Parts: sequence; structure tokens; C-alpha cells
Amino acid sequence: MTKNRIFWAVAAPVAAILNSLLFIYIILKIRGVDPLSMFSLMISYGFDPRNLVSELNQTIAYYLAGVAAAIGFKMLLFNIGIDGQYRMGAFFGAVVGGAVALPPVLHVLLIVITAMIAGGLWAAVAGYLKVRRGVNEVISNIMLNFIAAAVISYLLLPSMLGTLPEGSQTAQTFPIPASGQMPTIKAFDGEIYSFLFVAIFVGIAYWVMLNKTVFGFNLKATGLSFRAARASGVNAPRMIFVTTVLSGAIAGLVGIGTLLSDTHKYSMAFPAGYAFTGLALALLGRNHPVGIFFAAFLWSFLERSAPVLEFEGVPPEIVIVMQGTIVLSIVIAYEVVARINLRQQQRAVGSVSAEAQPIKESN
Amino acid sequence: MDNVLDVVGIEKKYPGVIANRDVALTVKAGSIHAIIGENGAGKSTLMKILYGLIRPDAGHIKAFGKDVELKSPQDAIALGIGMVHQHFKLADNATVLENVILGSEPTRMGFIINFDQARKKLVEIAEHYGLEIDPDESLSNLGVGERQRVEIAKVLFRGAKILILDEPTAVLVPQEVEELFSNLRELVKRGLTVLFISHKLDEVLSIADEITIMRQGATVASRTPKSTNKVELAELMVGGELPKPRAGATKSTGESLISIKNASYMRQDGRQVLNNLSLELKGGEILGLAGVEGNGQSELIELIMGLVKPSGGTVEILGLDATKTLTKDIRNAGVAYIPQDRQRDGLLMSAPLWENRVLGHQFASPMANNAWVNKGEAIEDSKRVVSEFDVRTPGINVLASALSGGNQQKFIVGRELSGSPKVILAAQPTRGVDVGAQAIIWDHLMKARSEGAGILLISADLDELFSLSDRIAVIYSGSIVATLDPNKTTPEQLGLAMTGAKSA
Repeated sequence: MTKNRIFWAVAAPVAAILNSLLFIYIILKIRGVDPLSMFSLMISYGFDPRNLVSELNQTIAYYLAGVAAAIGFKMLLFNIGIDGQYRMGAFFGAVVGGAVALPPVLHVLLIVITAMIAGGLWAAVAGYLKVRRGVNEVISNIMLNFIAAAVISYLLLPSMLGTLPEGSQTAQTFPIPASGQMPTIKAFDGEIYSFLFVAIFVGIAYWVMLNKTVFGFNLKATGLSFRAARASGVNAPRMIFVTTVLSGAIAGLVGIGTLLSDTHKYSMAFPAGYAFTGLALALLGRNHPVGIFFAAFLWSFLERSAPVLEFEGVPPEIVIVMQGTIVLSIVIAYEVVARINLRQQQRAVGSVSAEAQPIKESN
Repeated sequence: MDNVLDVVGIEKKYPGVIANRDVALTVKAGSIHAIIGENGAGKSTLMKILYGLIRPDAGHIKAFGKDVELKSPQDAIALGIGMVHQHFKLADNATVLENVILGSEPTRMGFIINFDQARKKLVEIAEHYGLEIDPDESLSNLGVGERQRVEIAKVLFRGAKILILDEPTAVLVPQEVEELFSNLRELVKRGLTVLFISHKLDEVLSIADEITIMRQGATVASRTPKSTNKVELAELMVGGELPKPRAGATKSTGESLISIKNASYMRQDGRQVLNNLSLELKGGEILGLAGVEGNGQSELIELIMGLVKPSGGTVEILGLDATKTLTKDIRNAGVAYIPQDRQRDGLLMSAPLWENRVLGHQFASPMANNAWVNKGEAIEDSKRVVSEFDVRTPGINVLASALSGGNQQKFIVGRELSGSPKVILAAQPTRGVDVGAQAIIWDHLMKARSEGAGILLISADLDELFSLSDRIAVIYSGSIVATLDPNKTTPEQLGLAMTGAKSA
């Protein structure tokens, strides 16, 4: 039973990736490029130790975005506001971190907690609107993403919370002093953010919360059936609100690895687009902490090794096509697997009923 | 009279289950032919075979004297066989006419819908068969009975000569049932044939010309209403004597478990669904709640569970003020709840059985240790429920949605009765379960009563109410209009009270 379950859980993503490779294979073939040499080029470049390090660092951010999305998915919430929540978290984390002087560990802790609170509060706006006013969270979150970007660029003005250093063109926050920075791990000629451990901890905590605690049970129950959860004693509207905030708090951590181990300040150079990526990764990783990790790594790997294609005259955007087809295939593959699974179970149930209740000869 | 349908030796097997076997059916032209049987007796499978939705493994079907092979509903419609589904397949935001022609639109030049022709045809059909429908009414303004007429018109529009109706009365209130029956009589008078699935014996006896009884996938007997009676039909359906619940002696503990005084509740749409309702449930008794569906039963349960707040009056349960207490605290105090709509309110359909065992018990030991779910205990106790309540399942890791409706119900009842609840709210506890399971559920309810629990039993099955209840309260339009002693009341008197007639 367990073996069977693991097989089906792995079968779907593998099938989706193979399907996408086949699609890319055909496209490359049409362009007159040898697909196999292209794939091997990407693999050898992507697995180059130095590239591996930067892929791993990118994986941290993607992973947290994926977990944030997965928490929402468990509740049937489509948290497309991860972008705004991540910005709010990174920005206020940087502002607070740059404004205080504290002992090393405490300083980092303060930044992390500030980021989670900022992300969570930003998500709470959408949560409140959904629970109290019935506003669809997709609509409100998309608007909140724009509002977050606008609010932050306003607050980044030197007259507000930001600064414009000599010779710099972009407004930024005041730099975080050494006590508020996180060390890096030297490996393969590169430096891995130690925030990786925080990401791993978040993944474990997410799993334990979902599978072991009453809170996680209530969360899943509310996602599976609002009415059944309510009848069982769960305060379902409150549960939706709390989950939204939790998802936002994790999203608030997305940019913190870069902030604490690399840039030490927030600027408009922080990338956008984590919401879509996070949702895609949660989908691909099936909301499972290990699955999301592999998905996040795959994403970073593809993006990192894309530029090498340019040397061979293949536009690196082909990688985006690849990511797109993976997501599309995975949705279909999971649906197929879910149906096969249910049919198998119904068959098993059917055979039990038939054994216990033999058809009698009747007149 | 000719036979419009001759069916011999139909068989349909699924891995592990035999849905149909040895099915023989003869339907005469211009008759109303009822097919009755318990849930899972194979009625729906047979109808789906006749409508081309399922292909049989063996057997012959003759329609209008010719051997036919039905590969799809299109084949069936071409032959003049139409089906009215139990759950309507209609578009809410379209008009009656649009719904009727959807999928078989008459056209001009092959692509422009000819609404004039369609309307003319629909009006003709409606007049010919005495169906009252307005082609231009928006579907969203129609009630259930009217929607059903639209479904029937849809089938007639496609030229059906044989109408298959799958449990058409399940969704109707009594007045609508009468209307439907007069419509059906009109249809057969005009030469159509009606195949009618039901498990309500009174209805079948009043409307059908012929009755075929199915049991465990096979057709076991045929009768006419004149040659049979309710008891015989029931025994043919069940394949033996009907089990009767043993009504034990009442020994009320006298302790008041639920006390509702003058409760009122207004829905968001402004409808007053509960009206100065007062009710008391004591320990050691089963209080039956009789009433036509939709007279406030669901809202009463929600009120007791603390799911909605009354607009007036007091609701006390196990000493708690239900209007100010959280649902989880009411549950923790020892209240079990068997909801009427088991799939929507009682189960997490795509979660495994053991997780469903936790549902509703996740706030207290033994299913939880403070903030942690006790998975080991949940698994152990799920196994106990499965064996004690004869839930047919290969294990407790299967999804709730994989079980049949009756087995889902047994699992819910088993779950709710664990932990010796003090109050049991049982809404339609045996609806849709087979006779054996019904006996198990009844036994457990009576055992709980003898141990001092108070049970509020809401049931549409009058036999169940009469045999289990110590008292029967009648709810009508949001109030309790009578409280009767089942030993001194006839079903007719109860039925009268349920319609709101003042009893002496």
C-alpha cells in the first residue's frame, strides 16, 4: 500500500517532466538543433559546482515561496499575493535591521520576525476581505501586489525610510550592520546562504503542523469541506483567516536569505514574480515539503543553465517554455493519477462488498 | 397491447461487483411501469443500460419489436428512449426554451438557430401533453417541480416515446408529486410509455400499472398494484421478512439535556424558519421529530449545535447556552451529530477513513492529545468502527469517497456513537442504508438510550419514528405543533399533524 502510494506520487511529476522534455525535443528538432547535445550541455553546465551553489541559494527563495503557496492550497486558497507579502517582509526586515544595533543572534532574529509579521499583516488584508466581505482572494491579492510595490517605492524615498548613497542611482534601505548579517557556508568556490537551514526548518515545521497537529487537521478539513469542518466544531472562517496570515508570514521570508547573506539592504533590484513561481512549485511538488524542494531546485537549475543555450544560438527563453509545459503536464498528470487511485480503491471496496454479500440465487 | 421494450438476460459486472444479472423486463406500450428495489439493487444500472450510458456484458434488448444495440444515449434517443435524470441537467441562467433545445436546436441554413420553429414545437408539445410551462421564463425563477417539467419537455422535444424517470419524486414535496403524477397519467393517455424508478412503495402502488422488483442486481418478481400490497413488495425488495426495531421500555432519567424555549430564527434572505419553537429532550429517551422536509428541521439542528444564533429565545444543551457557546465546546460536552447530508456535512470525502474518524472529535482525548492528533488511536478506533458497524471496506486508509453511501453512513454513525455521547442528534440516520445496516444502527441507538443518552431523531421514515420514538414531536413551519405518544397515534393522525392541520 505505502509502496504503491509512493510510486504514484512520484510517477506524476516524472511523467510531466518527461512530457515537457519531449515537447522541447520536438521544438529544438524543428529549429535544426540537436536536442540531446543541448540537454547534455545544460546538465553539465547546471551541475558545475559553482553554478550549483547559486542554484541552491535561489532554491531557498523559491522553496519558501512554494511552501507559502502550499499552505494556501491546502485551504483551497490561491495566494497570488506572495509577491507583495515577500516585498513587505524583505523591505521592513531591511528597515528594522538597518535601524537597530543588537547582539548578533538577536539582531537576525528580529529581522526574521519582522519580515514574517510584515508579510503576515499584508496577507491579513486579503484574509479579512475574504472572510468578512466575501472578496475573492485572487482579486484582492493581485491588487495588493501593486499596492505593495507602490508603497515600498514611496517609503524608499530618502525623505522617508530610504537613502540614496553617493554615486548610486537606486534608492535603498540603510545597510544592515554585521551583527544582523547571516554567515555563508563556503563550498565549491561559492558561498551558500546559511538561511538554507531556516528554509529546511520551515519545511519540517510545515510538515509537522499539517500531519501531526490538531491545527493542521482543522486546516486540511476546512480545505476539503468547509461545511463538514464547521459541523465538526472548527471555526472555519477564522481558520481561513489564520491560514492566509500564516501563508503570508512564510512568504515574508522569501527574500530574507538574500538580504541577510548577500545584499544586506533592500532596493528595487529585488526580483519580482515569486507568486507565480511559488504557486507553480507547490503544484509541482504536490504541496509536500520534499516535493516542493525538488521542484524549487529544478526551477533554479533550469534558469541558471538557460544562458548557456545562447552560445549555441538557441534562445534561453526555451527554458520558460519548458517550465510552462511542466506545469501544464503536471496538472493533467495529477488528475489522471487521482482518478486511477480512486478507481483502484473503489474496486478494492467493491470486491470486499461482493465477498461479504454473495449474490443469492433468486426465483 | 404491444411491448415497447423486451429485455432478456442482461448482465453487467464490474471488478468484484455484479451490478446486473438475469435481468428480464417487459414493458407494455402506454403503461406506467415502476421498477423498485433497495439502494444498490441495480435499478440505476439497468436504466443506464436502457439509455445507452452503459453497455451490458450480456443480454438482449428489443425496442419496439426490433433487436437493438444501444451504444450511446444518441442511439437511445434516435429510437425514442429518453431519460429524466434525478439531478437535473439544466442551465440556470437560460430560459426554458433555450434549455429545452440545447443540443438539438432546429436551425436555418444549418447554423442559425430557428427560435420561432423551436418555440412553436415546444408550445405544441406542452399543449398536447398538458405540461404547464412558459418557454420564455428564466430557469432561475422556477421551482423544483417546474424544473422537472422542463426536463420532461426536453425529452419529449427530442421525440421520446419511452420516458425513463430516475427517482423523480425524491426531490419533490407532496403537492408536486401529485402534479407530476397527473402529468405522467396524461403522457400515457397520449400513447407514451413511462419507466419509473422508485423505492417509495405508496407512490408506486398509486401510479404504476405494472411493478418489477429488483434485488441484488436481478429482477426477482413482477406484480400489478391490484395483485399485491405494500408488505409483499417490501419483502420482495428485501428478500425476507422486514426487521422491526424492538422498542424497549422507556426509562427516562428525567434529566433535561436539551431545553429550547421560544426560539426563533430568521434566515439571511429574511425568511422566518423557526417560530417560537420550544422543545425538551430528556436523558434516556428518543424524541422523534416528524415533519415534511424544509419545515425548520435543519435550522433547529444548527441552532442546537451552535452553528447559527437565534433571533430570539433560549437554547440550552447539557447546561450550556448554545447561543453563546462554540460548536467545539458543545461537541466536547458530549453531543454527537449525525448530519442529514452525510457527504457534505459529515465527511471529508477525499480524506482516508481514519482521518474521518478524527473529524468532530479532534478537540478532545482520545483523538487528540492537546494540540496533537493521536493518529495511532484514530487508526485503532477506526478499525473498531469498521468491524462493529459492518462497514464494507478493505481497510481504513481508503478514501471516504470510495465507499458506497450506505457504508459511509455506517461509518459516520459508528464514529458519532463512540465515546458514549450524552446527546445524539440523529438526522435521517438510516437513509440509504441496507436493511442489515439499519438493524445495526437501530440497535446502537437503543443501546445508547438505555445507557441514559437522549436522542433527537429526525426521520422521514414514519415506521422508524413510530418504532423507535418514546415521544414524537411534530414540526410544522418552524414550530412544534404537536407532541404525540406513538402508542396512541395512528400514522394517519401523524400525517395530518405534519401538514399543519389542527388535531384534537
